[in-house]
Amino acid sequence: MAAHKIRVTVNGTLHEVEVESRLLLVHLLRDVLRLTGTHIGCDTTHCGACTVLLDGEAVKSCTVLAVQADGRQLMTVEGLEQDGRLHPIQEGFWQEHGLQCGFCTPGMLMTSYALLKRNPKPSETEIRQAISGNLCRCTGYVNIVKAVQYAAAKQQ
Amino acid sequence: MIPSSFDYHAPGTLAEAVSLLDRHGEEAKVLAGGQSLLPLLKLRLGQAAHLVDIGRIPGLAYIKEEGGSLRIGAATVEAALERSDLIRSKYPILLETALVIADPLVRNRATVGGNLAHGDPANDHPATMLALGAEIVARGPGGERTIPIAKFFTGLFTTALAPNEILTEIRIPVPPSGSGGAYEKLERKVGDFATAGAAAHVTLGKKGEVERAGIGLTNAGPTPVKAREAEDYLRGKKPDGATIAEAARLAARAAAPTADRRGSVEYKREMARVLAARALRRAVQRAGGR
Repeated sequence: MAAHKIRVTVNGTLHEVEVESRLLLVHLLRDVLRLTGTHIGCDTTHCGACTVLLDGEAVKSCTVLAVQADGRQLMTVEGLEQDGRLHPIQEGFWQEHGLQCGFCTPGMLMTSYALLKRNPKPSETEIRQAISGNLCRCTGYVNIVKAVQYAAAKQQ
Repeated sequence: MIPSSFDYHAPGTLAEAVSLLDRHGEEAKVLAGGQSLLPLLKLRLGQAAHLVDIGRIPGLAYIKEEGGSLRIGAATVEAALERSDLIRSKYPILLETALVIADPLVRNRATVGGNLAHGDPANDHPATMLALGAEIVARGPGGERTIPIAKFFTGLFTTALAPNEILTEIRIPVPPSGSGGAYEKLERKVGDFATAGAAAHVTLGKKGEVERAGIGLTNAGPTPVKAREAEDYLRGKKPDGATIAEAARLAARAAAPTADRRGSVEYKREMARVLAARALRRAVQRAGGR
């Protein structure tokens, strides 16, 4: 019972998989599709480590069912780099030392990516508000903000 | 954490969704954005044998003024409120409320209808909707009915919705000129539930006296609190400093919070008073008084 055939496009590739209705999106990505760049942090909708884009919107994939993504477009951290070239947002985190342990980084990258798509020139306050659902327990927020600013400048 | 097993249904129409709820009764739950329901199921604080996902039903997400009401479709996400020109320009109380709900990622999924139908006294929209005098539109097997917001919250996590009814729309009377509203929330950090919260909406008459006042309190009891005594006290009075202070004192008297890690009963009631005063002051300013 409770099995569903779903079609999801992840980073441009269409996948057809059969999933249990209770399977969470983050487990579909990590355990079924083996895209382990998306991290599981708190698993309680707080930390944002599992952030991915669902039809372009940044969402916490621990709090979405895989079946809810049926027929929709997903983007994960693996979709940022193109042909061996880092995306400007990744380059920013590298150049500005926007990570220490790196655990929150996939979520930070995806939230920042979504922010810059909607608002290419965010103010510092807008950046801080946008990442307010992503927790960095190394508390490296100053450099994370700089990293997003670097990417915004690079994309101009 | 993985929820226990359930059957997932993705109806394409409201009628289909209602008939699924009718068939499965108390065993079924409506899934909209899932930002309250899925954490509950994951933590096994709640259980459902059937989830009826209304997220694929077209036409349930909109924000528009029509027939003298602001109409918000139940599946409208909080982020849509934040981005709506109509809300930003004309309903700052709703914008302020949306902006303090959880965090931006949750707000991309969480729906206005879900925030109300969940019946959680810690949610933020209930207080605002009480202040605004909203109506809830519900669809069941027998058709549609409207429920005044003051009669909607019946107990902890319990609303006037029958198990086979779906909240489809929120209707807010378009405020007459001379109206203004504000929402104030005290939270320990972004995304936290309110330590205390207060919504105020006032309409001023020609002489600057209060014609109508609506006051709602967040996380101040088992259900969202409508501060009737304070509302009645304000009617007909000039909303000066002393009057607002007294109204806020009366509003806090309606608060029956419980002690937890966010604070003691005394502290929370005092914060409800302070926030009610702030919300009233800003509401009066926005209404054009002072």
